Amino acid sequence: MSPLKTLATSRRVLAQLHHDPRTLALLFVVPPVLITVLKYVFQNDLAFDRIAPMLLGIFPMVMMFLITSIATLRERTNGTLERLMTMPVGKVDFILGYAIAFSVLALVQALIAAGVMLGLLQVTVLGGTLPTLVGAVLAAFLGTSLGLFISAFAATEFQAVQFMPAFIFPQLLVCGLFVARDQMAQLLQWLADVFPLTYSVDAMKEITSHTTWTGRFSRDLAVVAAYAVAALLLGSLTIRRQE
Amino acid sequence: METAVAVKNLSVIYKNGFKALNGVSLELPAGKITGFIGPSGAGKTTLIRVLVGRQKIAGGTAAVLGSPAGSAKLRGQFSYMTQNLSVYPDLTVTENLNYFARMLGLRGTAVKTAVNGAVRLVDLGPQTEQVVGSLSGGQKQRVSLAVALLGDAPLLFLDEPTVGLDPVLREQLWKLFRELVGKGKTIIITSHVMDEADRCDDLVLIRGGKVLAHASPHELCAQTHSQTVEEGFIKLVEGQK
Repeated sequence: MSPLKTLATSRRVLAQLHHDPRTLALLFVVPPVLITVLKYVFQNDLAFDRIAPMLLGIFPMVMMFLITSIATLRERTNGTLERLMTMPVGKVDFILGYAIAFSVLALVQALIAAGVMLGLLQVTVLGGTLPTLVGAVLAAFLGTSLGLFISAFAATEFQAVQFMPAFIFPQLLVCGLFVARDQMAQLLQWLADVFPLTYSVDAMKEITSHTTWTGRFSRDLAVVAAYAVAALLLGSLTIRRQE
Repeated sequence: METAVAVKNLSVIYKNGFKALNGVSLELPAGKITGFIGPSGAGKTTLIRVLVGRQKIAGGTAAVLGSPAGSAKLRGQFSYMTQNLSVYPDLTVTENLNYFARMLGLRGTAVKTAVNGAVRLVDLGPQTEQVVGSLSGGQKQRVSLAVALLGDAPLLFLDEPTVGLDPVLREQLWKLFRELVGKGKTIIITSHVMDEADRCDDLVLIRGGKVLAHASPHELCAQTHSQTVEEGFIKLVEGQK
């Protein structure tokens, strides 16, 4: 592994996005717009205050999953990964480079979304801004890792996009956003227990209702991070020097 | 004569059972342009992918510069231009070259020197700040070739580098290949265009995963009593039937 090659990969990924202002605009504008729309959907501050922080644990993951799976798939299909794998480049350099670049992007996304949510929309998060940002960035890191892993199973960008409803939506349905998990059928509760998004949403719930950084918040973040690292390791296994 | 590549009884079988290479044995000389010539699907790209370490082999051996193909110590010892463009279309020419130079382990001024050198060799000076996706097909091809020229590797694998290029550009690239060989490099190139065969020092005619002939263009024409390599290739194929 070479930190310089890892950072060069991160810089390259960010440069690619820099040349694509439309994608950047969608990444940074869509989450705060949707959160704002949601405020007027609910017309009930208590319900909105409960749900809005959870969305900060969901949006970064979903968007980074999508963007990473497509970006990595492009590497696999346009020949750049083929070329890189014949060079003195570690697979870890490649994967971590992506993870760092998208985490930076996620931080900016989370800063904007949290700024709108906490500032303009006056949502109360007892835990404060810093834990909110940490939770959002970790969620994005998770999305990036899962996207890197899943891209190995898609042969086309069309398939990669279809992995979102197949892979992310089930997690979204049982994570406790729509119905409290203890009110769901036992099977769904078990599923929720093994899905990483559940812990990301739980972490956001935790900081909404506690003024301090709690042990449970740390545990949820640790689970999200563990899933993200596991997905990165699995992702690195899907990148092969020899086929 | 020094050997750049040695392949013995090499076989490659794809997951679907297709035998892409079948008992190929070759010794390719260093310091020359060797052409893998044959129709599409003959096994040329598979053979190159074995040599650069990307393709698993089912049997036999393949050695590059004295080491087993795919071994870690070979990385950086050769350059590989794939049949796809294998550059980032959403980055400028300079950004692409800077990135790949860093991936080769170059740092600081060495990056700039390597990038400037590669740009000069492929004559892309005016396009350096253009996004690759906005360039013409021939210019994109030259960006991909420039990446392969970055690390000053002694051995270059170029998979169909001239496909789809206009005659003037093809002529320029062949002139460049000849210059590179003049500086001591070894080039292994694939082409399905028979008239490019005459430009190689050494030819490997491939069809159906097997080597039909391995000789210089002159020797091949003499052996098959043909005026051109294409005519010789056809005679060899007919003789095989």
